[in-house]
Amino acid sequence: MTATVAESTTPAVRRVPVTRGYRFELVKLLSQWRVRVLIIACWLAPAVFVAVISQQASLPVDTLFGRWMHSTGWAGPLVLLGFSGSWALPLLTSLIAGDVFASEDRLGTWRHLLVAVRSPRRIFVSKALASLSVIMLLVLGLVVSSMLSGVLVVGNRSLIGLDGHLLSPGDAAGRVLLAWLCALAPTLALAAIGLLGSVALGRSPMGLLLPAVVALAMQIVQQLPVPVAFRLALPGYAFISWNGLFTSPAQLGPLLIGVTVSLVWTVVATGLAYFLFVRRDFTNPVHDGSGRLAITAGLLPLVLLLGLTTAVVTPVTGFDSGITQDKVQRSAATAFAHLYRLQTKQLNRADVTEAQLQTSAECTKGGDQVAARGPGNDWRCVVSWHIPGVEAAGQAIYQLDINPLGRYVADGDGPKEVNGFFLVRTSAGDEPNPLWQFDGNVELLPSNPKG
Amino acid sequence: MDTPLAVRARGITKCFGEVVALDGIDLDVAPGQIHGLVGPNGAGKTTLLGLLLGLAVADSGTLEILGTTVGRALAVPQGVAGFVDGPGLYPSLTAKQNLAALAALRGDEPTMGIDDAIAQVGLTDVADDRVRGFSLGMRQRLGLAAALLTNPRLLVLDEPSNGLDPAGKKHVYGVLSKLTANGTAVMLSSHRMDDVESLCSEVTILATGRVAFSGPISKLASEDRPLDYRLLTSDPATARRLADAATDIRIVDDVAVQQGVETLVVSAPVPALDELVKQLVRADIAVRELAPVVSPLEAAFLALTEQQESY
Repeated sequence: MTATVAESTTPAVRRVPVTRGYRFELVKLLSQWRVRVLIIACWLAPAVFVAVISQQASLPVDTLFGRWMHSTGWAGPLVLLGFSGSWALPLLTSLIAGDVFASEDRLGTWRHLLVAVRSPRRIFVSKALASLSVIMLLVLGLVVSSMLSGVLVVGNRSLIGLDGHLLSPGDAAGRVLLAWLCALAPTLALAAIGLLGSVALGRSPMGLLLPAVVALAMQIVQQLPVPVAFRLALPGYAFISWNGLFTSPAQLGPLLIGVTVSLVWTVVATGLAYFLFVRRDFTNPVHDGSGRLAITAGLLPLVLLLGLTTAVVTPVTGFDSGITQDKVQRSAATAFAHLYRLQTKQLNRADVTEAQLQTSAECTKGGDQVAARGPGNDWRCVVSWHIPGVEAAGQAIYQLDINPLGRYVADGDGPKEVNGFFLVRTSAGDEPNPLWQFDGNVELLPSNPKG
Repeated sequence: MDTPLAVRARGITKCFGEVVALDGIDLDVAPGQIHGLVGPNGAGKTTLLGLLLGLAVADSGTLEILGTTVGRALAVPQGVAGFVDGPGLYPSLTAKQNLAALAALRGDEPTMGIDDAIAQVGLTDVADDRVRGFSLGMRQRLGLAAALLTNPRLLVLDEPSNGLDPAGKKHVYGVLSKLTANGTAVMLSSHRMDDVESLCSEVTILATGRVAFSGPISKLASEDRPLDYRLLTSDPATARRLADAATDIRIVDDVAVQQGVETLVVSAPVPALDELVKQLVRADIAVRELAPVVSPLEAAFLALTEQQESY
């Protein structure tokens, strides 16, 4: 051997800023045709959807705010938010965050990347930030596209809230934006679950699908009569609790709990993904991330988190369904009062205030055969109100279908002069009768009766 | 000042659970040298190359790379480049984009332009094509171009000639020769013994995680060890008679007919073979071909690895 060992003159390794790794991850993501298609779809499809619905006679009345899509441009973004919380956002997070680590396993590029960057930490941060950026770009597309289309095609008009009160166009715009902002929290939680699945399950298809599967499982649980504490402890509840922004006063309790829970899940799931990633041995030929330890270390802490969160929120929420006779009566009476004023205005009658109407409701469930609490389609309410100067009280009957989330559809059951017809005849022509059928919601948290 | 060894490993051991991948490896690689790493599948070649690239750290032993002791993963000094298990390339990016991204990730200005690196490996015509459509050989060449960007002082390559056509091989060999002429040490693994013999000055043979041999290839072809040679002459019958009569030469029974002429296969050490050639010349017989049936490296590889595995 001609050479001998001597003191090193080799330059030390230079730290590469995270921004370079981030830029590289963005370039990789944006170069995939799948991601490009998603971006185009998110920026165009909502506009097309709102425009198409505005041109057709039938409305998506099964979806919250769907019945108002002809009346105001602010209903479209909310219909889309409802759909996105159930389907679009879980799928988008699956395709972006759920694949960002697994794609390196699939392409066999981990070693290449590590040799270039020399820091698993910086790789993790770059990938997490890049996937988050793309998800934000997609969500931004959904919001901007649906709002612009709604305002331009349908109009910047007042929106009828969930309790029937009227929101001015400006107020509606602010609340729509706030609702989408709140929905970012569960989106982040799903993205973090996606990162965790992508790290823990490697190239397994389950890694890619994890956010969608978790979101589907949460939706199924939300449709079951589980205690309200458990419902709010699920990271997807903020996809539902934004509804509370559209009541007066706003139901902020469930919203704040839902957003907080989602953010806690985001931090914990991201932390677990980071923990698993930096401990991975990239020279082990048999390791593809799907080891038993990875699954155990990824899954068990989240199950514990769910249990812990349920325990923490139980004192605030109680452990029942959250739907009581008193709350149903209050909600139905409030919504009816607001909508009655709307109908009064449509029919050019003398305006009355909610206070003058003194609306009240008597609600029963299952014809007094069962206790009047909990979800079900067997709620029946008799709403009473007073017109100033008229001695007799008016009465209207509604059948309520209340789902376990507290949302309900109230279907008018007479008298026909009040809620018997779908349309009312106004001086401007036939318009939808706001009292014929309306959406409402019951706040699941214990609340102040005057609230 | 003395030039440090590019690689100096002593007693390197690496285990994956119960599996001992490397067991007390000693290795020296000098600058300006192409060092071959051969061994059967599972011998620990990729693990060793991974340690040199800093992808993992040895469980015990000392490893110095370019004069710097490597104590933890991903801490190899600047100047080390290469790939294991094939070059890591992103199919949705073009060849140029792959190299540009790598240069940016490395954090230093590339010493060689991206276009130059691509030209060196003969991929200029497809520089703007997406890597998705590249053949294995093209990917290998692009992987080498990626390594060239950083002006490496130690280049680690895992099976670099996989999938290369003759033209590609020529490009790659030319690049490696230029690098070593400038003092770069190259450590490459291969299953192709002819590649190793033609490229490498030294070789390390691994078997079951241990070094079975390490040193110059010339030392492997021991003159005293008999090897099988194929002998093609103008007079096969007389050549056969002379070989039969010679001491230390054994005629191997499989006789082949090549281009209508009987080819003789003899097993002999080098001195006995030299003597046979002299006798053939004296008998006025033309020697048209004399070549080992398997290369000395391959023969030594088979002998050493079988020996090691039988322990």
